[in-house]
Amino acid sequence: MQIAYYPGCTLKSSAQQYESSALAVLKALEIEPQEMKDWNCCGVVHALASDDIIHHVAPTRVFTQLQQQGSANVVTFCDMCYNSLAQANIFLKQEPQKCETINEFLESEHKYQGQIEILHLLPFLRDKVGFETLKKKVKHPLKGLRLFPYYGCKLLRPREIGIDDAEDPTILADLMHALGAEVIDDPLKIQCCGSHHVVDQQDIVVRQVEKIILRVQERGADAVVLSCPLCMFNFDSKQKQLLAPLPIFYFTQLICIALGLEKEALGLHYHRTNPLPLLQERQFLQVKQENML
Amino acid sequence: MLKITAKAQPNELLAKVAELSGQNLFACYQCGTCSASCPFAPEMDLLPDKVIRQITLGMTDPLTSKTIWLCASCYLCVERCPRDIDMAKIMEALRQIHLRKNVDHVKVAQLPEIILEEVPPIALVANFRKNTG
Repeated sequence: MQIAYYPGCTLKSSAQQYESSALAVLKALEIEPQEMKDWNCCGVVHALASDDIIHHVAPTRVFTQLQQQGSANVVTFCDMCYNSLAQANIFLKQEPQKCETINEFLESEHKYQGQIEILHLLPFLRDKVGFETLKKKVKHPLKGLRLFPYYGCKLLRPREIGIDDAEDPTILADLMHALGAEVIDDPLKIQCCGSHHVVDQQDIVVRQVEKIILRVQERGADAVVLSCPLCMFNFDSKQKQLLAPLPIFYFTQLICIALGLEKEALGLHYHRTNPLPLLQERQFLQVKQENML
Repeated sequence: MLKITAKAQPNELLAKVAELSGQNLFACYQCGTCSASCPFAPEMDLLPDKVIRQITLGMTDPLTSKTIWLCASCYLCVERCPRDIDMAKIMEALRQIHLRKNVDHVKVAQLPEIILEEVPPIALVANFRKNTG
């Protein structure tokens, strides 16, 4: 199966371990993601003011490029890219006049009207591959690993673009069960991590991260599993004041481990909270620390 | 200080917020679900439901509150609002009214280099989209 792939900026910079592990998983499932040509920034946040049309240009250009390249759908791994692209797509369908203005501004050959299907990797794996199929490929079940699946905001809200139940999502938990892990559930799984406040109001992010980590630790979590590169950065780097910080994983890294894929794809050296002691102690990974970090 | 008079005064802030957000602020019945849901409510000097109430009463305090800059558009309050009010759009409208006077909330040139080097690009773009005009 072939599918167009939109990476976005963060997967090429601070989330390289997400891209390498996700590509390794897709390869193992015989899916060939084709990175789209000439992509640009998704815009990161959806413009909310009614007269703010210029900020819809970036995602629309991505769509017109995809259209020119003959793609009917596109998969993205980053939660923020997924959210801003999916929201822009709905906006363009609901606001034909503004859509027309943006098309005119872009002067592209094919006018875009919202035809492209935007998929995040998680629902792609659930709906187009199936967690049962994935389960059959598991060579090293994550037995005894107690994971807290954290969803944050961007995959769930607003409801129109949500990939799962907005209050009680289970997609990550279902995936982790398929890999043989145990799941620690907590209502804080849908709270915001502090998002872009990490740039100018770090205290807020530290408080939010510590609150969530301490709570799920008390419930017995060994680690956190998530999919958003900004949540990853905030959780991974803002636990410094905690005595026992929890390792944070992208769900794709855990699939790689369970499927026994090449260790190079894990990119564990990018992590700020060292995940190796946990993985080695539980014998999920037998490598020398110096080879990984 | 709030003065309520029998003679209706034009409420310019309300009109502008309604235009930019597309929301009917009078639909709010002050249940406080938004404030109860907001992960950043403990940091706020004005709770979200009070922001709506003050605007409808003709007060301009929300424009100078910390609250509008704390909202990260996480949409938890919007998801839970029983009156289907898009609070994130109201907060964006208030930020825009401020930013369109050409006053940035974050001084990009003054951010420490270590932060600029460390944080992911999505954090920087999101922050500047919310805090600069």
